[in-house]
Amino acid sequence: MRVDATVQDGQNIAVRCRGVTKTYGAGPSAVKALRGVDLDVERGELLMLVGPSGCGKTTLISVVAGVLNRDGGECEVLGEDFARIGPAATTRFRARNVGFVFQAFNLIPTLTVAENVAVPLLINGVSRREAIAKAAEVLSRVGLGDRTNDVPTRLSGGQQQRVAISRALVHDPKLIVCDEPTSALDHATGQRVMELLREVAEGHDLSLVVVTHDARIFEFADRIAEMDDGRIVRLSTGQSHKKAEHELPVVK
Amino acid sequence: MIPIALKMLFRDTSKFFGIVMGVTLASMVITWQGSIFIGIMSRTVAVISDMGDPDIWVMDPKVQYIDDVKPLITTDLYRVRGVEGVSWASPLYKGMTRARMEDGQFQNCNLLGLEDSTLTGGPPIMVEGRIEDLRRADGVIVDVIGATTRLAKRPREPGAAPTPLKVGDTMELNDHRAVVVGISRNIRTFQSQPVIYTTYSRATTFVPNERKMLSFILVKAAPGVAPAEVCDRIERATGLAAYTRDEFKGRTIDYFLKNTGIPINFGIAVALGFFVGTVITGFMFFSFTVDNLRYFGTLKAMGSGDGRLLGMILIQSLTVSLLGFGLGLGISAGMGAMTKDSALAFLMPWQLLVVALGATIVICMASAMLSIRRVVTLEPAIVFKG
Ligand SMILES: Nc1ncnc2c1ncn2[C@@H]1O[C@H](COP(=O)(O)OP(=O)(O)O)[C@@H](O)[C@H]1O
Ligand SMILES: [Mg+2]
Repeated sequence: MRVDATVQDGQNIAVRCRGVTKTYGAGPSAVKALRGVDLDVERGELLMLVGPSGCGKTTLISVVAGVLNRDGGECEVLGEDFARIGPAATTRFRARNVGFVFQAFNLIPTLTVAENVAVPLLINGVSRREAIAKAAEVLSRVGLGDRTNDVPTRLSGGQQQRVAISRALVHDPKLIVCDEPTSALDHATGQRVMELLREVAEGHDLSLVVVTHDARIFEFADRIAEMDDGRIVRLSTGQSHKKAEHELPVVK
Repeated sequence: MIPIALKMLFRDTSKFFGIVMGVTLASMVITWQGSIFIGIMSRTVAVISDMGDPDIWVMDPKVQYIDDVKPLITTDLYRVRGVEGVSWASPLYKGMTRARMEDGQFQNCNLLGLEDSTLTGGPPIMVEGRIEDLRRADGVIVDVIGATTRLAKRPREPGAAPTPLKVGDTMELNDHRAVVVGISRNIRTFQSQPVIYTTYSRATTFVPNERKMLSFILVKAAPGVAPAEVCDRIERATGLAAYTRDEFKGRTIDYFLKNTGIPINFGIAVALGFFVGTVITGFMFFSFTVDNLRYFGTLKAMGSGDGRLLGMILIQSLTVSLLGFGLGLGISAGMGAMTKDSALAFLMPWQLLVVALGATIVICMASAMLSIRRVVTLEPAIVFKG
């Protein structure tokens, strides 16, 4: 069974995957994590990637974000094919265009909140002063303007994730990938974090791919792609759309 | 990213401390042992260093080092004086004698006999009296360390301080009366034996059994002639060996390096410091990196290239090496200063510091290599793993 999760209009596409495969290891212990994924992510949308544990969600966003090489199939992100441009250009591409949000936040504990948020700008060669100023600006937008000089560990989980989101945003990327951003948070805090991500997605042509298995946050999605066993098995419109949820046709 | 790298290092206080301590330990052992080694080596040439005046030492060609005296014959002195480019040439007696003190004790001493007329090769610094006082009857000059230690009078009651030998005191050198007319300050000798100066002719009476007295000929090169050139001429004209002061020091040090266990013992201590320092520092630095691997992975995912991460680790490692080197150097220099007037040989020339700094940086870079390898081979995709 295979679902066509592609969009017809090519202009509006941020990520286009066709038949993407990825196998970990070799021989009898090899794990086929992606078995041919077709997926488009539209510009400006918040796409949720859901499915049981081990179905390949993290592997898929790793390929899409350019931190993991695919084995086969095709994948273009903002018009670039990482397999073609090579590792160095892919690294530069990530620095410029991709933001990351992790389940465990991954904030550097020895840096202040503002310094953490400034890191993507520093990687892009922005001067330290400018980077810290921009970081402070983004932090005040997410309601943490008074915590810029704290170390992350002094903050609550929800605040830390908001710092992480600020860090993912600060350099105006075109794509943000989030791996289970609410899993380490209680429900109410998770809701607020998703509200923030939703707000972020409302802006310009920034696309978000959010991996989750938390059904309570599905309401924040524009579209929901369900994965199972290395494939997209179902694609539906999320509740954030006025349109009623509908299932897409299943193709052979 | 350099400030970021430094903050990651500094604010991880306990790890930072541990790594710097490791480097400090290594740098301390290396500079301390190295300084003592150099101190000991410099003592082997104390007699040469103390004689500032002559440029050139002339001796029997079979002489290997300063304490290896093979007497010359008196006519050699005249032959050397006849060589072109020799401004002056003076005889020097160098030998051992047994001093019998007023309290009946015996003590082996270095005896130096200086040319009667010029007193060439006299002590560098006089603490008491003048070099010229050697011309007084039975006069000898004793070095201050000998005078206050081995030649000092034993106290009457045990536990009391010994009485230093002073000007006017007498002793017997081979049954000949000698009167202390001056106290000098010398570089400590290798065996820490007291140094006694007297005139060349009086030395003859102190060591009656020696047939030939001329141990070395001290030469000054004429103005405008290179000492090395004069050495060549002396060797060609007389068949004797002639070395510049530095050459002779070098030969003496060479001899001690090749024929004693000193370099091996110190070499082992320094190597141990280097090895232990590398292991401790490497282990702690690697553990610092591993603790931060998640964050290095995050930086990598966010688009930091390997070159940038490598730079961050090198900066961290260079910082701890410079700090640790400075601390270790400070500690051993401080201990060296405290033991300045003791019997301990301690000499810290800048060359040693350069070598020790180099060794410290090698230790830190070697430690960093492991970390760099680990970070460079890191898959950025691990950031998504729990
Ligand atoms: N580095 C890896 N090496 C081997 N197998 C892996 C690795 N990463 C993931 N896998 C396997 O690939 C499959 C998909 O993993 P993942 O993409 O992490 O799933 P999900 O994020 O949906 O839980 C799982 O069976 C997992 O065990
Ligand atoms: Mg996962």
